[in-house]
Amino acid sequence: MKVLTANRLIDGEAVWLAADHSWSETIAAAEVARDDASREKLERAGKAALLKNEVVDVNLIDVAMEDGEIVPLRLRERIRAAGPTTHPQFGKQARPRIAQAA
Amino acid sequence: MYRYDEFDHGFVTARVAEFRDQVERRLAGEITEDQFKPLRLMNGVYLQLHAYMLRIAVPYGTLNSRQMRMLAHIARTYDKGYGHFTTRQNIQFNWPALADIPAILNDLASVEMHAIQTSGNCIRNVTADHFAGAAADEVADPRPYAEILRQWSSVHPEFSYLPRKFKIAVTGAERDRAAIQVHDIGLHLKRNEAGELGFAVWVGGGQGRTPMIAKKIRDFLPERDLLSYVTAIMRVYNLHGRRDNKYKARIKILVHETGAEEFARQVEAEWEALRDSELKLPDADIRAIETYFAPPPLTARPEGDETVKLARLDSRSFGAWLERNVVSHRHPDYAAVTISLKGIGEAPGDATDVQMDAVADLAERYGFDEIRVSHEQNLILPHVARADLKIVHERLVEIGLATANAGLVTDIIACPGLDYCALANARSIPVAQDISRRFASAERQREVGELKLKISGCINACGHHHVGHIGILGVEKKGAELYQITLGGSADENTSIGEIVGRGFGPDEITDAIETLIDTYLGLRASREENFLQAYRRVGAQPFKDALYGQEAKAA
Ligand code: SF4
Repeated sequence: MKVLTANRLIDGEAVWLAADHSWSETIAAAEVARDDASREKLERAGKAALLKNEVVDVNLIDVAMEDGEIVPLRLRERIRAAGPTTHPQFGKQARPRIAQAA
Repeated sequence: MYRYDEFDHGFVTARVAEFRDQVERRLAGEITEDQFKPLRLMNGVYLQLHAYMLRIAVPYGTLNSRQMRMLAHIARTYDKGYGHFTTRQNIQFNWPALADIPAILNDLASVEMHAIQTSGNCIRNVTADHFAGAAADEVADPRPYAEILRQWSSVHPEFSYLPRKFKIAVTGAERDRAAIQVHDIGLHLKRNEAGELGFAVWVGGGQGRTPMIAKKIRDFLPERDLLSYVTAIMRVYNLHGRRDNKYKARIKILVHETGAEEFARQVEAEWEALRDSELKLPDADIRAIETYFAPPPLTARPEGDETVKLARLDSRSFGAWLERNVVSHRHPDYAAVTISLKGIGEAPGDATDVQMDAVADLAERYGFDEIRVSHEQNLILPHVARADLKIVHERLVEIGLATANAGLVTDIIACPGLDYCALANARSIPVAQDISRRFASAERQREVGELKLKISGCINACGHHHVGHIGILGVEKKGAELYQITLGGSADENTSIGEIVGRGFGPDEITDAIETLIDTYLGLRASREENFLQAYRRVGAQPFKDALYGQEAKAA
């Protein structure tokens, strides 16, 4: 399973591509590609977003579903999705859960 | 300290305007990321895991209180209220928006600071002994030469596209506190028999993937020849350094492959053609730069001895701090103070905006307006009257910066690692924090004595792990963090590169492993006076390996 991630051009915020082709600030809203066709769709959307200068550093990353939540396989991506482990008061982990679910 | 002249002001302001335009064009979509990336890097802007990162140059680690307050202002206004002081004596902000960076650079320019050449394959911030100008043991302040090198190397057209980045360090004392032997060029300021100033020149040191100790290619270079000789080195490197392989592009590989003697011969040949050129430094110019670094008016404050004596009787914590964080000054009534950014369990090198402001206040009030950033990620007040030490200590206690651990096991160097850095393989900061907590007891730290523990989150070695008495390198193995330990490294006048001790340890094991190593040392040291490194050099790695892997080794 894969999701498409990038950093937003204007402020570098880590973002993930959502089903409606907007860039979400939380991984919870990411569209998960479960087959080749949807993976290619994500890649195409990523290329288009790069050309539109919305985001930079676009990457497809491996994820798994755990208790209904999208969890990246690599620690690096888990840290991107949450924020620095040393500063729980900063990054996405500091936001109210409700905002993430929205 | 150095003050910008009109040329400097004009140059930095023009650069800010240029970058503002580049950012605007990027945000408007007029230039692509591929076009923009080299431009942003030239201005110190990186992209990390959570946001952009801005690395600001602190030339030879010297700041005044106005500049420190500006850093606090930036932390507060554009970032999340803190900054990270680095092993290159610089500061990094972890959360600025790209759209805000021109405004930040503009603010910096107003206090004579910038972020130029904090990235890219150019000559990076020149570093110097953090006690420069204060140390009792130096022959002269090395910073005027660092400043001359800074001016010469800033946007130097010939050396802006080197095979790889290039780092220069300068020290003015026999006791090397600037790690010159692990720099591309290390300069040791000294006097010859005739009493003239000049440099021993070391070339080809470095850390990273292939750590190497620099070779001394000249024992005495007269000060007037500084720029012509360094230019000669740069030319030989620029011509012959490898551009085909990033991992072999640093000058250390060239020196190693060419041989130090042959390399020195090529430099001397190149220098012959240059030494009488316009690069020869007129004495008047050197002395003019020197005046910017004239020592502050250190008036006699003989009451210091009595005040310190009384304060010691009064407070044990003051006594402990005095012992660890205060070193002697060339003026007997003064001292240099290390402000530890290594509070127990804190992220090494981090300081909040409030702390930065408070340090600025202290420098202004009690420190002749001078602050230094050390490559060990601490701050220094280089000139404090001994009579004022007590009050300085009290203020530091108030802002949580009075940890009495300079040079001890909890004074850990750690790079940002996987919590921030896009190149990282493993986290560094949590490892440092955990070790720090394990050794929190001041008594235990004192018992262990001087110990340099350094942690990097990848082989780029920003955390200087190769030269830690104990070094920790984070790697990624099968998707998990693993920490390799090296022992016996050192970055002083007897530089050595640490040796890998054996298989790595997981995040839950590394602190125990470090404790095992330290207990082993305590058990085998010849006396309290023999520190970890000395003991390691005497007995070698075996007792430490046995302690770490004893069971396995027997089973194997
Ligand atoms: S050593 Fe590696 S992980 Fe640490 S700051 Fe440098 S590049 Fe990043």
